[in-house]
Amino acid sequence: MGKYIARRLIQMIPVVLGATFLIYAMVFALPGDPTAGKCGERPCPPAYVAKFKEEHNLNDPLLVQYGKYMAKLVQGDLGTNYYGIPVKEDLQKRYQVTGKLAIMAILFETVIGIFAGVLAGIRKGRFIDNLVLVSTLFVIAVPIFVIGATLQYYLGVKLGLFPVTVSAEATTYELLLPAIVLGSVSVAYVARLTRTNLVENLRADYVRTAVSKGLTKRRAMGVHALRNSLIPVVTFIGADFGGLLGGAIVTERIFNIQGVGGYIFRSISARDGIAVVSAVTVLVLVYLFANLLVDLLYGVLDPRISHD
Amino acid sequence: MTTTAPSDAATTRGEARRQATASSAYKPKDGCLLEVDDLFVEFHTEDGVAKAINGVSFNLYQGETLAILGESGSGKSVTAQAIMGILDMPPARIPSGQVRYCGQDLLTMPEEQRRKTRGPEISMVFQDALSSLNPVFPVGWQIAEMFRQHRGMNKSDALERAVKLMQRVQIPAAKERVKAYPHQFSGGMRQRIMIAMAIALDPAVLIADEPTTALDVTVQAQIMALLQELQEERQMGLILITHDLGVVADVADKIAVMYAGRIVERADVYDLYRQPAHPYTKGLLESIPRLDQKGQTLTAIGGLPPNLTRIPPGCAFNPRCPYAQDICTKDRPELREVLPGRQAACHFSEEVLHG
Amino acid sequence: MTDATLAVSADPTATHAGEDASRSLASDAWRHLRRNPLFWISVVMIVAFVLMALVPQLFTSTDPNEAILRQARERPNADAWFGRDIQGYDIYSRCIYGARASILVGVFTTLATVLIGGFAGIMAGFYGGISDSVVSRITDIFFAIPFLLGAILFMATFPNTVNSPYAVVVLKVVLALAILGWPSIARLMRSSVLQVKPNDYVQAARALGATPLRIIRSHVLPNSMAPVIVVSTINLGAYIAAEATLSFLGLGLVYPAVSWGVMISDAIVALRTTPHILFFPSLFLSLAVLAFIMLGDAVRDAYDPKTR
Repeated sequence: MGKYIARRLIQMIPVVLGATFLIYAMVFALPGDPTAGKCGERPCPPAYVAKFKEEHNLNDPLLVQYGKYMAKLVQGDLGTNYYGIPVKEDLQKRYQVTGKLAIMAILFETVIGIFAGVLAGIRKGRFIDNLVLVSTLFVIAVPIFVIGATLQYYLGVKLGLFPVTVSAEATTYELLLPAIVLGSVSVAYVARLTRTNLVENLRADYVRTAVSKGLTKRRAMGVHALRNSLIPVVTFIGADFGGLLGGAIVTERIFNIQGVGGYIFRSISARDGIAVVSAVTVLVLVYLFANLLVDLLYGVLDPRISHD
Repeated sequence: MTTTAPSDAATTRGEARRQATASSAYKPKDGCLLEVDDLFVEFHTEDGVAKAINGVSFNLYQGETLAILGESGSGKSVTAQAIMGILDMPPARIPSGQVRYCGQDLLTMPEEQRRKTRGPEISMVFQDALSSLNPVFPVGWQIAEMFRQHRGMNKSDALERAVKLMQRVQIPAAKERVKAYPHQFSGGMRQRIMIAMAIALDPAVLIADEPTTALDVTVQAQIMALLQELQEERQMGLILITHDLGVVADVADKIAVMYAGRIVERADVYDLYRQPAHPYTKGLLESIPRLDQKGQTLTAIGGLPPNLTRIPPGCAFNPRCPYAQDICTKDRPELREVLPGRQAACHFSEEVLHG
Repeated sequence: MTDATLAVSADPTATHAGEDASRSLASDAWRHLRRNPLFWISVVMIVAFVLMALVPQLFTSTDPNEAILRQARERPNADAWFGRDIQGYDIYSRCIYGARASILVGVFTTLATVLIGGFAGIMAGFYGGISDSVVSRITDIFFAIPFLLGAILFMATFPNTVNSPYAVVVLKVVLALAILGWPSIARLMRSSVLQVKPNDYVQAARALGATPLRIIRSHVLPNSMAPVIVVSTINLGAYIAAEATLSFLGLGLVYPAVSWGVMISDAIVALRTTPHILFFPSLFLSLAVLAFIMLGDAVRDAYDPKTR
């Protein structure tokens, strides 16, 4: 197992380098004046601009810039954004918020998704199955920002059940509605995946064996079939976690959450190159690590992979 | 290949079976364990109603090995599944017939009671052990499940018994391998694990559905020998389902040949091989390649088995039968006694027997 | 072998009349597809949207960019069937014209991802070795960047300016989505090819001296296409949603191009008093996405023998 992990980590290196370079290139190959808007309505004096460019290595060729940046990154220095605030500080605060949001979304999608999927799978073809299929289809088809905006309006504004926007402290209750919105598409996928896997496993030969061993139907389904069905579902949820951290951009915008997504978006709009690159790089690293963990998890859960 | 310990093991096992019988609710009538009585099974599919079983009757006695022989689609596996009660009831339907185990009809039994017969009374071994064993649980756990679920044993006791069973079916290093997973065993070993699971609770009837088809020839022989041993030891009734004439010759006492959902010949194994009484059986025997046929064309039965949604009128075999005449397309021959102790369903059995 | 089935193999001409016609995988799948009502519903919806995209004049004679400020925020009435939005545009007309952007983006992105991803996947899967390593690493690099995030980054790097030609505007979005979407198709194609390659018919073709191109074209491709087709159909819906999301965030299409995403973005401000402005474009968007997802689902069910 240790060798496998080491090998995967080594494989990750070119990927990280490639992805971060791609991002760096996209951001810093941007035309445009990074000092725009910093000196009020007039363009900044040339001396200021020159100093700014020098400070941020903007005069060097792209690869050199990238090299210098990576050198600092490896040491944990994520640079400062164009307003002078260290990116690391900002991100730390914001990851707590986004992390909380993502965890809540995961809980939501796991519990509701698996429950709905199992119900639908056991009662295949009946009302509950069709209900789950139709509602998940609906949730997948209606884009997240529509769901977010509508729920925000009806549950937040009209009925006043939830706060419409999330304050800086981001309490759990405030994050409840956004977490539901964020997890909505995932719930649908988890439910469908669980259902499909369960249905497939219920017709497997080993379930036939379990029945002919005189086990109760409940045991054959709930112990034998379910255990096999949940393996891909668990790994999906694991992979989703990384995706949620990145995909929260839209949800954070709708509910005005001070999270990572909002930070990235604001930085992009302000053409704040370092902030964008650093924040996205961290996100990519998290994403890659999440995928690695999920692969390992799959290996652990499925004895066909972990044993020999 | 090792044999079991001397006869004291056999008597202990036989004793165990006798004890099990004494305490169970099911007692054989005159040694008769299973009576399948005029069973009909049909499948309702998109393409029509497939008549898989059309009036099958046979009896199984203690200590007897009955082989059910036939091609794919003859209905042999469906018969076994109907006896076990593991058919998917839609699309399958049992319009009529009885399956009596020690006098009690299994088909009309309440499901909960019937479920309790699976394992302790009647047990089944399937063809493909890799897909028939659950890949995510260790083999010992799966065998021990029989004891935990049916006898309420605790985990460690059940596991101990599982190890003993694995040893009995000759799996080397059973103690170490009890925690291994199915995919870590070879085909033959997996089949032995299935057998261990099936005999765990000393059932009176064991149904083996093509137990050796997926294995190579040497392993086949070992598995068949194991089955025979276990059967003698425990005086089980063994139903062997197969399409392989060679496997049957060694092990079976009686043979029932099935075609298109019906038994077309029933005989003692020696009689059947020496002198078949049905054209289909004759065709099967003649199609076995022999060494002295070198250089000649292989004989085969022309044509294909019938589509079960459209079985030909009269005798289902008539389109392919060399003895067929007009009457065969109109009048379906019933099983009749053609010689003492032998039955065949053919209008021209006498011709087949003597020529 | 004393196999009784041997007895059956010779002389198939002696079969009885009325055998079922031969069923290939494709014709079997088509037969199953034909009978699925969801398939026909989705086809009708897609045809409707394509018509809207190609000949919007068929559905409306109003100019989508004609703003009648006096009648802004009007409820649905006889003159403007869906009412008017905050700038006085006819919502019905914009909904119809908006189909073009969505269909164009969806179709072209899907084509691009299938071509690029398919090619990459075949190179990796069929040739293996170095080819596989290189292509897989490149795939991983692009895969590491979360989809939406990357698209946002791309669109921020090459923004659409107001009054750029329609084609350029749409092309940029297509490019953004395709660059981030091809890795998943590449991976899928690669694993599909890897499953097909060891089959005997491929080995046989090789042994007969067929060129790699011929093997790929005649044997590998037809047999590995099915999952790619299914996923691409569903992805088409996802790309339509992605374009809408980008437009919602202000990064997608710009005036004078009409997009449902932009309509929704503009409508949120007026949600409290005039929900109809949000409702209609949301409806159209959801139905478009739904249609493709249903189609993809139906095709998958048709190809999968296990769901019979």
